[in-house]
Amino acid sequence: MSKIHVNSTINGDTVEFLCEADETLLDVLRDRLNLTGAKEGCGTGDCGACSVTINGRLVASCLVLGAEAEGSEIETVEGIGAPDALHPLQRQLLEHAALQCGICTPGIIVAAKALLVQNPDPSEEDVRYWLAGNLCRCTGYDKIIRAVLAAAAEMRGENP
Amino acid sequence: MKQDFKILGTRPIRPDGLEKVTGKAMFGADKSATGMLHARILRSPHAHAEIVSIDTSKAEALAGVKAVITGADFDEVENRWTRYTMQNCMAQGRALYDGHAVAAVAATSKKIAAEALKLIEVEYKTLPHVTDVDEAMRPGAPLVHEGVKGRKLGDDVSGNTVGYYSFGHGDIEAGFTKADKVIERNFKTAATHQGYIEPQACLADLGADGRGELWCSTQGHYMVREVCSEILGIDASQLRVTASEIGGGFGGKTTVFIEPVALKLSQKSGKPVKLVMSREEVFRATGPTMSASMDVKIGMDKNGKITAGHAKLRYQGGAFPYNMVMMGAMSAFACYDLENVQSEGWDVMTNRPKMISYRAPGAPMATYGVESVIDELCQKLGLDPIEVRLKNAAREGSKSSYGPTYKAIGLVEALEAAKAHPHYAAPLPANTGRGVACGFWFNFGGQVSVSMAINTDGTVNLIEGNPDIGGSRASISMMAAEALGIPFERVRTIVGDTASVGFSDVTDGSRVTFAVGIATINAAKAAIKELCKRAAMIWEIDAEAVEWVDGAAQPTGHNAGNFPPMSLAEIAATSGKTGGPIAGHHEGAPDKAGVSFGVHLVDVEVDPETGFTSIKRYTAFQDVGKAIHPAYVEGQIQGGAVQGIGWALSEEYIYGEDGRLQNPGFLDYRIPVASDLPMIDAVIIEVPNPGHPYGVRGCGETAIVPPLAAISNGVAQAIGKRLFELPMSPPKILKAL
Repeated sequence: MSKIHVNSTINGDTVEFLCEADETLLDVLRDRLNLTGAKEGCGTGDCGACSVTINGRLVASCLVLGAEAEGSEIETVEGIGAPDALHPLQRQLLEHAALQCGICTPGIIVAAKALLVQNPDPSEEDVRYWLAGNLCRCTGYDKIIRAVLAAAAEMRGENP
Repeated sequence: MKQDFKILGTRPIRPDGLEKVTGKAMFGADKSATGMLHARILRSPHAHAEIVSIDTSKAEALAGVKAVITGADFDEVENRWTRYTMQNCMAQGRALYDGHAVAAVAATSKKIAAEALKLIEVEYKTLPHVTDVDEAMRPGAPLVHEGVKGRKLGDDVSGNTVGYYSFGHGDIEAGFTKADKVIERNFKTAATHQGYIEPQACLADLGADGRGELWCSTQGHYMVREVCSEILGIDASQLRVTASEIGGGFGGKTTVFIEPVALKLSQKSGKPVKLVMSREEVFRATGPTMSASMDVKIGMDKNGKITAGHAKLRYQGGAFPYNMVMMGAMSAFACYDLENVQSEGWDVMTNRPKMISYRAPGAPMATYGVESVIDELCQKLGLDPIEVRLKNAAREGSKSSYGPTYKAIGLVEALEAAKAHPHYAAPLPANTGRGVACGFWFNFGGQVSVSMAINTDGTVNLIEGNPDIGGSRASISMMAAEALGIPFERVRTIVGDTASVGFSDVTDGSRVTFAVGIATINAAKAAIKELCKRAAMIWEIDAEAVEWVDGAAQPTGHNAGNFPPMSLAEIAATSGKTGGPIAGHHEGAPDKAGVSFGVHLVDVEVDPETGFTSIKRYTAFQDVGKAIHPAYVEGQIQGGAVQGIGWALSEEYIYGEDGRLQNPGFLDYRIPVASDLPMIDAVIIEVPNPGHPYGVRGCGETAIVPPLAAISNGVAQAIGKRLFELPMSPPKILKAL
């Protein structure tokens, strides 16, 4: 079966790739484009480790086909933060010691960033429900929630 | 033993943090190699079956398939424990559980590998199976293996019973007669999975000359090297294993599941082979911890003194012999100073995946039984649960229920902190209950190897051999900096591959900060000795006349000479002229790990209409000896508590009559998510371990021990009825109501 030719924008760069019709966006990112920041924790959309955004919408990239990226703007963890200045979410996660093994961290960052675009002033409950699709087995979520709330406050210009 | 520290106890940003928040960190599945093949494993759909034949010819004929292997490709292994590990990675003769590997394929793409699996023809002859521990133990039960029944065991138990342990002292029968109240209960706990988010993954490259490279997600790459080189019949020196960043383990990555398979496929195909498990495979064929059936009997007098305790633990550990009930039997009553105590344990095989350690392996279930009965006694006798625990708590000098006499320990301190905490006095709304429970874990020492190089710019490189599973590179760098008297930022710790430092035991038993810490401190001492010698050489005085203070050499006094202190950086800068590079190293097997105790307080609310239990407030108190990096210590306590919450309320391996696992995915095997939980308050208690220069005990495991009972005790109070089985899922609670 011939491959599908896809044009997309990933993390601000124009990217062309060929993929199989049944190949997931996650596999395209990881295996074809060498963007391994998104992780496969389950392949069934339950864990959120593969979270990316497509045109700003948060998705589990293991449940999206690579071909669906045609004409879309995709953002992965590799596109968040600059070399000289981390995104507030990244910095707050580090300052709050909100990661242990770090495998869920890319997905948490992508998902939380999508939340803060929609809702710059989330409550603890808002953050907990938004991140309910991002499994973390190490931290018990406590420090993650605090870090996201701190990043939100920082982005609103509030002093901690 | 109060010490003043400059760096220990602070909360610096972890050295591997940037890579982990930018997606750069390389985990098991993130590495690829030129010309790499993709592997897949075919697994048994039967709980127990004879493998009559396997025909791989059609799979081999598929374009793109480069190698197919089965159990027949592996040679006989002499050591029986290694043989079990090998046969768990690839069945030989019989498939012993649903999900047991029976063949594997390496092909040029994932898709071709998946296609090839469908072309492998396996003829099975199904055999009777057993998945329940009590049934498996009964004489006449289908046998998982012949000839491995534990010695000392009689005809009252089946040949699936592979081990028996008994610990204790005193006369329990006499003790029960002194009690005002004796309660005996039977408990059951389901098997739970470690639930690490990163499935097992590896990249193997093994040549025909027996030289190999292996990259894998593991808690112990030296263990991987030993096991794989033995299974493949190659020299350990020729197999270099590099531990990837590890995406969680919790004990589940203390053995191998796929590495020997990938190496064999690589050997056969002559190409690098990448093998990554799916989540379904992780559930069906790796992990889980043991399920348990237990009888616990405790007697208490009307003042709350425990007069005797007796626990009988029957653990189910899957399809191969194992010996982990021992940990449960040792820890069951370890929190208490008892005159009369006995705990017995039976290891039992079933047709389920082979158990592997899960955070404080064996302790949470035994503790659930004991702490539940203590709670019920407190209720019946009208006594405060913390006061009763204080009355019976083990202290320095107590003879433990498993033998040794405790040195300085912190259970009383943790209980006092819980008693004084506002949480314990807070009012309780309707349908809510407050549970309390204690827990214990041994903490391990074990083999370590550390190499430390002092660079000429005054910085330090440290290589150690234990995968960093939760921030240990931070804590090790902190201890190195503290010992040398230099800033934290000047130390870079890396986890070396198996060719870079000496053997190091697996990252388990909460041992790394303790054991690698001691090796680090000793390596620093060796480096300091050399630094002082170099300063003495420069000053032309005796080396004995130089001491190390605050990161600098200085004369021991005016008699030694009048020289201003010379810093590590200054000495290192000229090391090329004073005798060459300066380094320190240490190899050893520290054995004075300090036991650790925790006390958990939890408020639970039970919805009487749905039977759903929610955690309203949670506070965990734990003696960690010394918290090197308190934020990561809190993280360990919080994470352990939440895994315990999952075990108590929602997680379980569900088997049908056919012996097949019914819920091999995160949708149906429900681990706690963010919206299930409140903040988890972690209260660090520091009673220094006399066996470590900085007082470190280890902190990773204790926190999973108390939650099962604490939550069950809370539910009992909330609904006025006690459940004796975990998880306390809504249907079970509704049934009780």
